[in-house]
Amino acid sequence: MAFNIYDFTTLTKSIHEGLSSQFSPTATLAIEWTIVGLAYLLFVALFGLFLVYAERKVCAAFQQRMGPMRVGPWGLLQTIADFIKLLMKELIMPKNADKFLYNLAPFIVIIVSFLVISVIPFAPGLATFDFDIGIFFVTAVSSVGVIGILLAGWSSNNKYSLIGAMRSGAQIVSYELSVGLSLITMIILAGTMQISGIVEGQRDMWFIFKGHVPAIIAFFVFIIAGTAETNRGPFDLAEAESELTAGFHTEYSGIKFAFFFLAEYINLFIVAAMATTVFLGGWMPLHFGEFESFNQIMDLMPGLFWFFFKVLGVIFLMMWFKWTFPRLRVDQILNLEWKYLLPINLFNILLMAAVVLFGLHF
Amino acid sequence: MKSIISYITEILKGIWTLLTGMKVTAKYFFTPWKHVTQQYPENRKTLKIAERFRGEVIMPHNENNEHKCTGCGICEINCPNGSIEIITKSLILEDGKKKRAIDQHIYHLGMCTFCNLCVKACPTGAIVMGQNFEHAVWDRSTLTKVLNQPGSKIMEGVKD
Repeated sequence: MAFNIYDFTTLTKSIHEGLSSQFSPTATLAIEWTIVGLAYLLFVALFGLFLVYAERKVCAAFQQRMGPMRVGPWGLLQTIADFIKLLMKELIMPKNADKFLYNLAPFIVIIVSFLVISVIPFAPGLATFDFDIGIFFVTAVSSVGVIGILLAGWSSNNKYSLIGAMRSGAQIVSYELSVGLSLITMIILAGTMQISGIVEGQRDMWFIFKGHVPAIIAFFVFIIAGTAETNRGPFDLAEAESELTAGFHTEYSGIKFAFFFLAEYINLFIVAAMATTVFLGGWMPLHFGEFESFNQIMDLMPGLFWFFFKVLGVIFLMMWFKWTFPRLRVDQILNLEWKYLLPINLFNILLMAAVVLFGLHF
Repeated sequence: MKSIISYITEILKGIWTLLTGMKVTAKYFFTPWKHVTQQYPENRKTLKIAERFRGEVIMPHNENNEHKCTGCGICEINCPNGSIEIITKSLILEDGKKKRAIDQHIYHLGMCTFCNLCVKACPTGAIVMGQNFEHAVWDRSTLTKVLNQPGSKIMEGVKD
């Protein structure tokens, strides 16, 4: 099969060889780490700013408004202005707050987001880590984020923060199950937990088409549970403005608040990127089995564009949910998980196992 | 068995209602030319204010600088927060009789709640609600206005 999408391993290999010829192995490693870290920081900062702008514009359009229009053309510079404002704000420490935990919490939240983002393949060869257990790593690490949220709520010495954090804890611990189980459904189909292997397995067809009914159910369960995991959309009762002022980050200001805010949008990106990687073929162009000419036309667009095209599509879907559906009550949220999503998910795993066992997939 | 059927129909119904909501918002999203927000200072030239909009109380005058106000003071009585002050004068007519007339119809725009009661109560229709809404001023004393123009008099044939 003709497959000529640019592979980034050639670029990274040439950089590595160039550095190795100049420096000792330790220095090479240190320089490479710095480059990778800076690249991720830059990407996260820029994409976070873009996502905030996109959210405000999309939300406005859903509510028949225009959104930010004043700063720059169509308000394009609005989020940059907001970010500069956040950087210059005073860092306030509440009275009787647990100082160490209060300062630690935003870093835990943002570090977890950075850890998860490191395994996502943006394009062929453009992922920092490629474990054998990539999916397991994602689910394991992303559940650490709730500790940061709980610490933030606990250490703020504020009852609203504490209630918000507790709600968030109950919600994330519950929905972790659905995220994990819907990913397991797809692992049954893929036969591997390695993320590059999963993407490679979708060369002839994306998993959402390959696994038809169970894959589509798993996709929607993953989107719902992922939305709940990121504390947004109809599941944002951890920071329900009308009830809890701002939830767990009520007492945070300045750059620490910006960390929580940024982490929320990185998590949105992570959920969309995982949905893209596992269900929609990652950077893989739209391929259909034997239609050679169709596949070759699809190959014209580079993998990086395919990846972001799909990620932005999923993000738009999640924004659509957020600005359409009313917020769930805390008991409704737990009902939805334990009485609906979990049984559907378990049944779906059986269905997928049967489909794979009898070879009913495409 | 019955409970299982109701469980499944409940899920399907729930999905259906969610899709109905998403259809509504999608309609809003994909018809951006129907947005209700307007870019105000830019569209000042083409801005259209609804006829029933209550921007301020005005007293229309005709081309001969004549109005319909008789100075009866009903609007002053009807105003719930004292935004209107009526100062009258007496005119001596040709046949020697005295007649009440308006001297100054003072309107405090800064106190007005635009409730429309004065306009409704006016027996001669002398005051109406205008559509001008750009009332920002540097000094609040400019918000106190005299509605009848200097040198104006009552229209022929308006009786109280």
